[in-house]
Amino acid sequence: MSLAEGTKPRHVPDRLTGRSQRVLRSWELLLFAVAVGIFVANSLASPYFLNPWNLSDATFNFTERAMIGFAMALLIISGEIDLSVAGIIALASTAMGWALQFDVGTAGLIAIALAVGLACGAFNGALVTRFGLPSIVVTIGTMSLFRGISYIILGDQAFNGYPEGIAFLGRGYAFWVVSVQLVLFAVFAVVFGVLLHKTNFGRQIYTIGNNPTAARFSGVRVERVKFILFLLTGVMAAVAAICLTGRLGSTRPSIAYAWELEVVTMVVLGGVSILGGAGSILGVVIAALVMGLVTFGLGLLNVPGIVMSIFIGALLIGVIAIPRLIALVRLRRRA
Amino acid sequence: MMAGLLKSREAILAAALIALVLLVESRFSGFAAPGNLASVFNDTAILMILALGQMLVILTRCIDLSLASNLALTGMATAMVNAAMPGIPVPLLIAMAIGMGLVMGAFNGILVWKLDIPPIVVTLGTLTIYRGLIFILSGGQWINSHEMSAAYKGLPRFEILGLPVMAWVAVAIILGFIVLVTRTSLGRAFYAVGGNPHAAVYTGIDVGRTRFTAFTIAGGLAGLCGYLWVARYAVAYTDVAEGFELDVVAACVIGGISIAGGIGTVGGAVLGALFLGTIKNALPVAGISPFWQMAISGAAIIIAVAFNARGERTKGRVILKSAEHAS
Repeated sequence: MSLAEGTKPRHVPDRLTGRSQRVLRSWELLLFAVAVGIFVANSLASPYFLNPWNLSDATFNFTERAMIGFAMALLIISGEIDLSVAGIIALASTAMGWALQFDVGTAGLIAIALAVGLACGAFNGALVTRFGLPSIVVTIGTMSLFRGISYIILGDQAFNGYPEGIAFLGRGYAFWVVSVQLVLFAVFAVVFGVLLHKTNFGRQIYTIGNNPTAARFSGVRVERVKFILFLLTGVMAAVAAICLTGRLGSTRPSIAYAWELEVVTMVVLGGVSILGGAGSILGVVIAALVMGLVTFGLGLLNVPGIVMSIFIGALLIGVIAIPRLIALVRLRRRA
Repeated sequence: MMAGLLKSREAILAAALIALVLLVESRFSGFAAPGNLASVFNDTAILMILALGQMLVILTRCIDLSLASNLALTGMATAMVNAAMPGIPVPLLIAMAIGMGLVMGAFNGILVWKLDIPPIVVTLGTLTIYRGLIFILSGGQWINSHEMSAAYKGLPRFEILGLPVMAWVAVAIILGFIVLVTRTSLGRAFYAVGGNPHAAVYTGIDVGRTRFTAFTIAGGLAGLCGYLWVARYAVAYTDVAEGFELDVVAACVIGGISIAGGIGTVGGAVLGALFLGTIKNALPVAGISPFWQMAISGAAIIIAVAFNARGERTKGRVILKSAEHAS
């Protein structure tokens, strides 16, 4: 948000001036218009859409993914990526299931999941920042490694019998139709929004994404910031693991399969530049809403999930391609 | 020449591969028998072909995550045509598969070339679109073995000189790629674009068009593999080869192809694929639960990446020099 408004005192790096800044400024607006359009179309298409309980149900489609998306947005803005988040979910959830036998209680299970997430994030972060390896490749490797450990532990078995507390986090309601997950989603949106847009640390993330060398010369501890971002992503994947485990009530090694690509899609749809250096948390929030509304609305119309994914894929390419296509056509006409 | 060969990454990888085979052989004799090794090669044919296509894309600093979806869609299309009209000759179906794959690859390429959208975004989108189209095309139905004609299923398994046609196809593509990459100006352009795009422009190479070509070739190969996959396993359904796109990237990475572009060889891609394929085949033979496979290939990727990164720092230029000698 401050990026979009940041024209006066805090002038952001050169990449964002001129046309690209206007595009960025309108990005959230464009996406918001898409969200409103989908909302209206859905309410016209199905009489069941505007029911508050149904709408509340729909939020489960995106809350867990979006919580990871916030951390992933920061990581992508800094110029890195983490494709192992779904693997971390599998491992954290498996660790929780494994710990059930020790009767550690809800708090104990949560602590174990978070510790696993932190450890996985630290492993990724160390490989990327200590050894200077490309994150996309490292995390393709750890994606298999983390989920692979789940497969070794579980095989074709499943853990279940989670305590009420975990189930409450996953599918409980805080008040009326507002689920615990929705509250968590809102809280993390604010926390990450403030972290990215209102703190020194957040400015450092943009600086690193725009020009790591310049960032280093201006005294930003690039490796340290990136390492922290990998830790954050690991922890948020663990939070999502706790919620998802509670919601499903069981752990299989295939849990959250292929979520990494959905999370990245959400973040990119939210206007975060995959090349780093630009993006906002507001964009990710709206992208999450768009994806949730599309999935839910088409679901009410009995459109199968896989067909919805076509829509999401087309949306991902379309929102980037159409403005560029228009610009290209204009350029041709002028010439 | 010999000294260079010994120091090269491919030689080290080949040594690791041989060590792996011997290790399995020592625990379970018969694994290293020629017949079994041939079947491992045959099992890995599709991974090798896709890894070669992916290599071209990665060389130009791009990535194609849609290859597995492309494969599954073309495979389903050929199976459906075959089930509906068994009279259509198989070569025509193969041509159709390659054509479909080329179109899908070209679609990726044109978005990257003309609209300058980051490749990872484009192919993340087409990954889900192509996969979804399978469902629309088939209505979620499976095409089973008994619906396919004998000729359709039989071709990849037909043996010539002891090797199935599928393995021969892989051999032919490997040889073709060696010529393409080392002996043609297009092949060198892939390296130039990835090594330094700005310099490539000054030497008269159209960076966008070269990337487009890489995507199109990779797509065409994925289309061919679509037919091979479905015909070999004699079943087509929506989730065919799901997640395989990352296996292909993994094979490239293990084979020493730099994700930063400009570095990589045909031998590396082939050996990387064979390494993964050997692990996959060795686990059941060695009596290890197949559930270990994922973790082991993950660990292999991380080790390979760490190893390659060390090599790249000192060797980045050597490959360019040998390229000069070659041309």
